Amino acid sequence: MGAHAHAAHADHGADHQHHHEESFISKFVFTQDHKMIGKQFLVTAILMAWVAVIMSVIFRLQLAWPGEGFAFTNFFLGDKWAPGGVIDPNMYLALVTIHGTIMVFFVLTAGLSGTFANMLIPLQLGARDMASGFINMLSYWFFFTSSVIMLASLFVEGGPASAGWTIYPPLSALPKAIPGSGAGMTLWLVSMALFIASSLMGGLNYVVTILNLRTKGMKMTRMPLTIWAIFFTAVIGILSFPVLLSAALLLLLDRSMHTSFYLSDIHIAGEALENTGGSPILFQHLFWFLGHPEVYIVLLPALGITSEIISTNARKPIFGYRAMIGSIMAIAFLSFLVWGHHMFITGMNPFLGSVFVFTTLLIAIPSAVKVFNYLTTLWRGNIIFTPAMLFSIGLVATFIAGGLTGIILADSALDIMVHDTYFVIAHFHIVMGMSAIFGMFAGIYHWFPKMYGRMMNTKLGYLHFWITFICAFGVFFPMHFIGLAGAPRRYYSYTEFTMFNGVVDLNVLVTIFAITGALAQLIFTGNFFYSVFRGPKSVQNPWKSNTLEWTTPVEHMHGNWPGPLPVVHRWPYDYSKPGKAEDWVSQITPMEPGETEDN
Amino acid sequence: MSKLLILIVVLVGALAVAQVARVYELTSRLRGKREEDISPADNRMNARLMWAFLVAYFAFFIWLIVAYKDKMLPVAASTQGVETDWLMNFNWAILAVMFVVTNVLLFFFAGKYVYSKDRRAFWFPHNNKLELLWTIVPAAVLAVIIIYGLNSWNNITSPASPDAVVVELYAKQFDWTARYPGQDGRMGATDYRLINGDNPLGIVTAKSIATRLAEIDTEIAEEEARLQGVLPDDKVAEIEDHIGYLGRMASRIVNLRVVMEQDIKENGEASTYLHGADDVVTKDFVLPVHKEVDILIRARDVIHSAYMPHLRIQMNAVPGMTTHMKVTPTITTDSMRTHVMHDEAFDFILLCNKICGASHFNMQMPLTVVTASEFTAWVAEANKKPFEPAGTQPGAMAILPDSTVNLVGDSTGVTQAPSTGH
Repeated sequence: MGAHAHAAHADHGADHQHHHEESFISKFVFTQDHKMIGKQFLVTAILMAWVAVIMSVIFRLQLAWPGEGFAFTNFFLGDKWAPGGVIDPNMYLALVTIHGTIMVFFVLTAGLSGTFANMLIPLQLGARDMASGFINMLSYWFFFTSSVIMLASLFVEGGPASAGWTIYPPLSALPKAIPGSGAGMTLWLVSMALFIASSLMGGLNYVVTILNLRTKGMKMTRMPLTIWAIFFTAVIGILSFPVLLSAALLLLLDRSMHTSFYLSDIHIAGEALENTGGSPILFQHLFWFLGHPEVYIVLLPALGITSEIISTNARKPIFGYRAMIGSIMAIAFLSFLVWGHHMFITGMNPFLGSVFVFTTLLIAIPSAVKVFNYLTTLWRGNIIFTPAMLFSIGLVATFIAGGLTGIILADSALDIMVHDTYFVIAHFHIVMGMSAIFGMFAGIYHWFPKMYGRMMNTKLGYLHFWITFICAFGVFFPMHFIGLAGAPRRYYSYTEFTMFNGVVDLNVLVTIFAITGALAQLIFTGNFFYSVFRGPKSVQNPWKSNTLEWTTPVEHMHGNWPGPLPVVHRWPYDYSKPGKAEDWVSQITPMEPGETEDN
Repeated sequence: MSKLLILIVVLVGALAVAQVARVYELTSRLRGKREEDISPADNRMNARLMWAFLVAYFAFFIWLIVAYKDKMLPVAASTQGVETDWLMNFNWAILAVMFVVTNVLLFFFAGKYVYSKDRRAFWFPHNNKLELLWTIVPAAVLAVIIIYGLNSWNNITSPASPDAVVVELYAKQFDWTARYPGQDGRMGATDYRLINGDNPLGIVTAKSIATRLAEIDTEIAEEEARLQGVLPDDKVAEIEDHIGYLGRMASRIVNLRVVMEQDIKENGEASTYLHGADDVVTKDFVLPVHKEVDILIRARDVIHSAYMPHLRIQMNAVPGMTTHMKVTPTITTDSMRTHVMHDEAFDFILLCNKICGASHFNMQMPLTVVTASEFTAWVAEANKKPFEPAGTQPGAMAILPDSTVNLVGDSTGVTQAPSTGH
């Protein structure tokens, strides 16, 4: 970008430095400040996450002790959906559906990208704000509205959407097939349409900001890996979310305008429908064209955050910076060529299946590179165990465990027998759910001082990590075995089959871990909100980190830097560089004569 | 009241946590410790916990294997399943090595290189040889996995041989129905508009068409009778809509009849429309051992999935299309009971494995695998109860009885009337 554009932006930022008094509304509600918007995303996501966690506890209770009444279940669902505390089968499917929807989209997409992209892009690149503050604000309010609609759908007559988070038609198109496909499904689609709009506005803003508003000296190859990860995440989102929107719109038309995109030859509730010529498989192609890149939309930011935190706290440069960028790029590219591995057994042409096997297993290569690079970064490091570091190491562990089982699922011949069983649940919860949420926790603990100018309690952070980490494996590891015994997912109970009798006791174990893990999140939530208001004041650069965000004042201000924008002289990973007095060198420190940039 | 109590307990609990945190913070502030300074003791504790976790992790893994290996699926009961199981074990062997190596390195490093202010981390930003090594090694291992995997995939998904036994599985909320081709060895055509109580699969025959059209006529007549009464406007509109729908349905069925007649005229005996009457529609799902079976899978309402874990096969049932899955069972139900499971109540199970509604968790059907001779006998017995027992011989259907034609003709005349009538 041109030097004068730079100067113009810097001047523009300088105008903002005179702190004019702001009203509560413009500062905390309809704010256009990227830092406040990031915090808005975070707090909304934490609240949404609690809704999804409580849902999971309710259905875990049913799975462990099927048919038994629980006051907990009745407390949340009432007598209509849980008479005597026993959950209704339709509501069970609804909870599974909304749990997945909220976690995947509202927590791990908007919560993760929305929080850290907004917080970090301008701060780590040396920009006054996002390229468009107004669109950024709209992005949050679309997300907020979509969250409200999703929550509202829990209270409609037939219950919320119940066709699974993948909402495959015809089940999702026919209220006669399941009550949740009535008003609940309509609200789901409306909510998701707004969500996608929010995601696109956010994503475009991230890409534009990263490409155009980097400060002087911040070459692409000097960007922290968080930004690289967010950049590719945004690109993936921009290219794939519109496809989900079109899939949702066609489904809306099928539901209310008698079109037949996805419906054909259906006879339900004693009546033949007039739809002919559509294909339910078409929806699956459209859905997974987003659905699989979506996995990387939630995973890549977590990997970026972890790269940054592991390097900082191992006091060691991230190993293979360029290989890390290359692998993010490879993953982003390949993520568009693998969607068919969700559809091996839909009757798709077996040859097409073979192609998807090949492309899917290719993704294992850049993933392996990332894992080995993390391991090498830890090797001979000087590791400080902040809670953020613990969660980052936790992410590497879950990424390994979940990545390896992915190889089984990508192998179409093996997928035939484990498809849609608990093996799949175990796989994606570990590799996508746990990895992404660990990345999110790591990011929260690490950048909390930057967000709120205060510190979170470390001891509670330790407690939170170790309970969560143990419970994550306690919950999801046994599920592999339940799945290999042939137990399908989305079953209300396993009491109707004798063949699962040997493994149902694992469900009790899983539920105990799940409840413990859920309770551990109270520690986090308490620590978070307490520290927001009462935590000890933070210093400017508590983790002795090299990146630009730690050169801004602790007290937030419009425009981020009081004086001119910082100038960058080096890559962000000069930790323990030989010949330096300290074990860190900020990016704004000029190179010494004769010093080489070693990235 | 109880809800209020629970709420109070939760609030008090949260307050207690907050107070404990506050006390802790005040004391540490008194000691002059800053929150971001991780004490050597804390670092050491976490480092040791890393090692402890590694041990516990592997112990948990091994315990799960030892305690549950006999509770996994029993030996595969089909040639496809034998191949899948071999492939699975082959993959597990490779993955187990990767799993152990990477986890040991991760937790060992994390625990070993704990912070000391007297030490500097090793400056090691990149190394092309190492990076090349861990690009090429995984690529080579994956190549092996892909080659073996695709080989099995091709074997399992290749089309069934022409002399395979043909069975159809038909899924609807929330049960399965099987169809066998009957005496003539061929499946008849189906159409979902012909589905009624007696024809759950919508098999097309001249008779089933006539029956369905007659039913629609009756229904239209009933709706028209309702219109004669005093009704609110929206009710009238609803009934008129329904009559319109029934009329369109009838005309589609008439179309179907035209197509059928044409097809019969062109193809004679080869027309699939002539092979439906002797089909056997049954709730008994029986397969012969050691014979290849081509299973056709269809669905009536939403997507289901035909999953037979003991045979290691699965295929979706999709409304509007027919999917295929071939299988060659290798163990009869009797052998499983006496030799493998030692359980007289054992049955192979067909279960639904795609979310399909409230009773998805109980959409199942037992599968019986029998010897070739038992199967022949079973088929002979089943063929005595064809779909249209009292009907004419298949060939005779080519000449439709005049009365049927007239009946249907009248009914179309009636069905067209209501669109202008009211």
